[in-house]
Order: sequence, then C-alpha cells, then structure tokens
Amino acid sequence: MSEKILEVNDLKINFHTDNGNVQAIRDVYFDLKKGETLALVGESGSGKSVTTRAIMGLLAKNAEIERGSIKFKGEELVGLDEKSFRRIRGSEIAMIFQDPMTSLDPTMKIGQQIAEPLIEHQNMSKKEAWHRALEMMNLVGIPNAEAHINDYPHQFSGGMRQRIVIAIALIDSPEVLIADEPTTALDVTIQAQIIDLMKKIQAETGTSIIFITHDLGVVAGVADRVAVMYAGQIVETGTVDEIYNYPQHPYTWGLLNSMPTTQTSRGTLEPIPGTPPDLLNPPKGDAFAPRNRYALKIDEEQQPPYFQLSPTHFAATWLLDSRAPKVEPPLTVQQRWAKYIAEHPEVTQQQAQPVEASAILTE
Amino acid sequence: MSGMIKYVLKRLGIILLTLIIIISITFFLMKLMPGSPLANAARLSDTQRQVIEAQYGLDKPLIVQYWNYVVNALQFNFGNSFQFQNQPVSTLIAQRIGPSAQLGIQALVFGIVFGIGLGAAAAVRRNTAADTGLSIIAVLGVSIPSFVFAALLQYYVGLKLNWLPIAGWEGFKFTILPTIALGMQPMATAARFIRTEMVDVMGSDYIELARAKGLSGSDIVWKHTLRNSLIPLVTLIGPMAVNLMTGSVVIEKIFAIPGIGGQFVSSILTNDYPLIMGTTIVYSMMLMVVLLITDIVYGLIDPRIRLSN
Repeated sequence: MSEKILEVNDLKINFHTDNGNVQAIRDVYFDLKKGETLALVGESGSGKSVTTRAIMGLLAKNAEIERGSIKFKGEELVGLDEKSFRRIRGSEIAMIFQDPMTSLDPTMKIGQQIAEPLIEHQNMSKKEAWHRALEMMNLVGIPNAEAHINDYPHQFSGGMRQRIVIAIALIDSPEVLIADEPTTALDVTIQAQIIDLMKKIQAETGTSIIFITHDLGVVAGVADRVAVMYAGQIVETGTVDEIYNYPQHPYTWGLLNSMPTTQTSRGTLEPIPGTPPDLLNPPKGDAFAPRNRYALKIDEEQQPPYFQLSPTHFAATWLLDSRAPKVEPPLTVQQRWAKYIAEHPEVTQQQAQPVEASAILTE
Repeated sequence: MSGMIKYVLKRLGIILLTLIIIISITFFLMKLMPGSPLANAARLSDTQRQVIEAQYGLDKPLIVQYWNYVVNALQFNFGNSFQFQNQPVSTLIAQRIGPSAQLGIQALVFGIVFGIGLGAAAAVRRNTAADTGLSIIAVLGVSIPSFVFAALLQYYVGLKLNWLPIAGWEGFKFTILPTIALGMQPMATAARFIRTEMVDVMGSDYIELARAKGLSGSDIVWKHTLRNSLIPLVTLIGPMAVNLMTGSVVIEKIFAIPGIGGQFVSSILTNDYPLIMGTTIVYSMMLMVVLLITDIVYGLIDPRIRLSN
C-alpha cells in the first residue's frame, strides 16, 4: 500500500449564522494516498467544498472546526497559523476552481499569474519564474505559449483559461491537487480534454488529486476511489468499481439512477425526490431517510453506523444490518449488481459488519 | 494605436459639436434673462441708448447677433466685458484661470488619494468599528456642502488655532484650507466607492485563487484587489470634476481667491453677458476635456478595453 499523504479524521465544521449553527460537516473520515485520485461526490450543499476549504485553510470567517484533525504528511492542519498555512497553500496543496471565467485576475498578464506561486514560495527571480511559467503553459497545452504569455485572461476561451488555472495550480509541483468541479463550467467536449490533461499530468508528476464533482459520470474516468457525501457526511465510500457496480446506499442508487448511460432507454432517468435536509437542525436519524423510499423505521430514530463490505468499501445504511429486510434496488442498480456478483462471487457470501467510522481510514 | 487616434479625433469632433450647442443655449438663455446691462442707466436718452446698442451690436437682428457670437466664440473671442472697462473677456478669464485650476487639481488629487486610502482601510477592516466609523465620515463628507467645511476650517484651523491663513491667495499655505474644503466631497465619494468596490472584489473567485496560491494578505490587497478596484474609479473622476467646478464657485468666494469662480458670480450679478457666456463656455470645455482624458486613461489602464477598441 502506498504512502498516505492526507488524512481527515472525525472532522466536524459548523458555520455560525444569524439563524444558528449550520452543521456543514458532520464526522467526516477519509484519507488520500500518494498518486491516488479520490472523488468527492454529492449534490450542492453536501459539504464537498467546505471539506476542501478546510484542508486549504480557506474557510469563511464564520466557520469553526469543532473537532477533528486534518493531517498532511503527518502535520496537523487544524489550528495551523496563517503563516504556516501560506507556506503549504499553492506550493504543497494547490487548488483548481470551478469557473475559469471568473477565477483569473482580469487585469494581470497570465504569465505573471502563473509565475506568482513560484515567486512567492521559491523566492525565484521574476525572469526564472516566467521561464518556468512558459514551460508550464506548454505542458498544459496552450498553443504558441510564447506569444501569449503577455496576454490577459479575456483573450482566452473558457477551456484555455481552465488550462491556465491548472498551470497555476501545478507550477510549484504540489503533492495534493484539489480540483473543485473543474469541468462543471465547461462544454462537454472541453470537459474531456481537461480531464485527459489532468490524468496525463498526474501520470507524469505523481500528484494526488481530490476531485470534487456532483457528476458521477465524470468520476468513472478519473477516480481510483469515491466518497459519496450527503448532508455533511460520507454515506458511502469505496473503489470506483465498488461504488459503480456494487453500490449499497440508497442515495448512491439514486445518483446512479439519475445519471444517463449508454444503456439508458428513453424516459427511465429517475430524479431523487425532495431536497437535502436543513443542516441548522440535522435530523436525528439518517439524514437521507425523508427522501429515501427504502427507509426503515429505525432510520428516523438512529443514525446508521458504517457497514464494511470489503477492506475499501463502507456504506452507512441500516439496509446492510443483518436484521434489515431484503429490498430490491432500482432496476439499473440490480443490473450493475448482477454483473459485479458474476465477477466477484465471494461478495454474496459475507454479511456486512457494522464498524467504527474510523475504520474507513486505512493503516 | 491608430484605433486610439481615430477614437480621439472622433471624440474631439463630438466636443466641438457639443460646444456649439452649449454656445447656442447660453446665447439664447442670456437673451431670455430679464434685465439689461443698461437697465440701471435710467438717465440715458433714447439716442444715447441707440448709440450704445449699436456700439455693441445689440441693434442687429437676433440671428445675426447669434451667428457673430458663435463664430467669434469658437475663436475664443467672447467680446468685451461690460463691467471691467471693456477688457476682452478672454483676457479676464486667462488672468484668473490659474488659481481656479490649481485649486481644482489640488482638491481632486487630495480627494482621490485620501479617498482611496480611507476606502481601502475600511474595506480591509470591513464589518469592524473602524469600518463603521469611516463609513459615517464618508456619508458626512458626501452630504455636507463644501461651504460648511470651509466655514468650520476657517473658524477652527484658521482663527482658533491660527495655523493657516483664513483667506487670500499668496502662496501654497493659502491653498491648504480651500483645498481641503473643496476636496472633502470627492474624498468621501472616492472612499465609499473604493470600499464597495474592494469588498466586491475580495469576494471574487480570483481573490480566492490568489489566496489559494499562498500569497500574503498585503500582496493580495496591493496586487489584486486594489488594482481591480481602482479601474472603475477612473469613471468617477468626470462627475467629481463637475462637482469641483461648481463647488469652487462658492469656495473661491469664501476664501477670497482670485479665480474665475468668484468672477463668474459677480458677472451674473451685474448682467455682464459676455463674461457670463465666456465663463460658461470655458467651464463646459474644461469639463469635456476632463471627460475625454478620463476615457482615454480608462482605456489605457484596463486591458479589456484597451484591446477590444
């Protein structure tokens, strides 16, 4: 097993608002290994972005980390002072933002914007940093980079701007790259190009990536592991294969069922009904229960623990309890299961066992 | 760059056209105004009156008077003043424009520099007591007329503390109080504008990206926030200049500054048509030139405008 670079342990984050405390992140555990891509999947407000902002030390002023730890290469990031955080930001942990149309400074030459992290972190001379910026522009595939290094952002298309944002993130060779919905604002054809670029760069540099998205379709081609988030919690996590082909949580079923594939016939896409719960007053039991047609009585009373299905696969749903009735997942999920079970017959033999949440963290 | 030259030439053409319209409007407004420069001279006989009217061309048909005036005004010949022993209006204005221009420029620079400083300080400390305090000062600065500041400064700084001269125009020391009095409004306007603009920019994605790069707070403010907030401020300089010009009419009177503002007021009181019209036209011309300059500067400092012509 390769070296662990980031570990988030029992993280709980509240936002103080005029209406009370919004519990945005509730007991989140995950880790990230060197060279690995972890996808955080979930709808808006599920806590994906808040988690990564906490890792970057860029939480809003009204946010408070109530408890938990974030360890980067063994160093505790929770409570780290601003100066030490600045040393890490943009150098060891870098970030790509969602909207390339607004994430570049409109009045600064792109060469300077790309070179800025180097000048900040490596004390590099401006000339040298520009030279590196030029190399970086070539690496991320900006054609005729030399002629464009003095251009301003408005002279580039959305896809090219996202390449520039990627160049900024990667110029100081970060060990962790956080990509916050990097393709959401782009055309579908450009999305594929940007994802290919990220994969190519990861293969060359061995950077670990946290890929945030609400689009399970994008995840399949990018991630090694997936963590599905709902209402500030990770409800299911596993390898891409496990999440796609042997999903256990009804929310994951819902996500997969609402996503078109090549097999989808007309009119069979099913949205998940309802809206996420109000995190000012999170429900006592399973937060997904009100939207879940498979909900059990106990879901309203008590939060489910994580049930472990494999060394990498965990799901927080009472359906996996030995006392739970057998339910029929949606048809598309049943088809996925059938294929998965055919390839891994052993999975039907074992009963999933409830475990402590910290079991998600690998040794 | 040839695009720029074309643009400037086009704007100069528009200025000329606007000027002709302004000259026409002032001319006819003046004709509509009650009273006459000869109104107080009741003892003139009809013959004497006719002689004087002929001397000034007032006996000719209105349209001829108008044509003569436009042609002459465009050559900066505004005729002779009625009240100052037949001195040419252009000479009178030229003699007095120096102090007015100095006061206006000083007040503008004072207002913008301190306005940016206060606005930036408030934005960086947003939602603190200091921010609220600065906002209150800004609101007072915008809403209190400059002549109130003038009187307060004269009384406290000039009379009570005796630090600076109360009135007159005999060196830089004399310019300080009127500059502050006149500059308060642009300062408050600029401070409020910069604060709003900077708070806006600080919430933008590119500032978050700058933070994600690990830049220091001051680098983010100086290199990214302030720079992006200053560009739209340039558009405010035009309206500020208008305020300064009208404000200076009063301020010059209060501080006994020998500028065109004070002269303008007395020319209105004495129905000195040529001087009123000349000053109006000179004011409008200065204003249009300031607007042209701000537009050119805007284009020069904002890359998005510079390149899209």
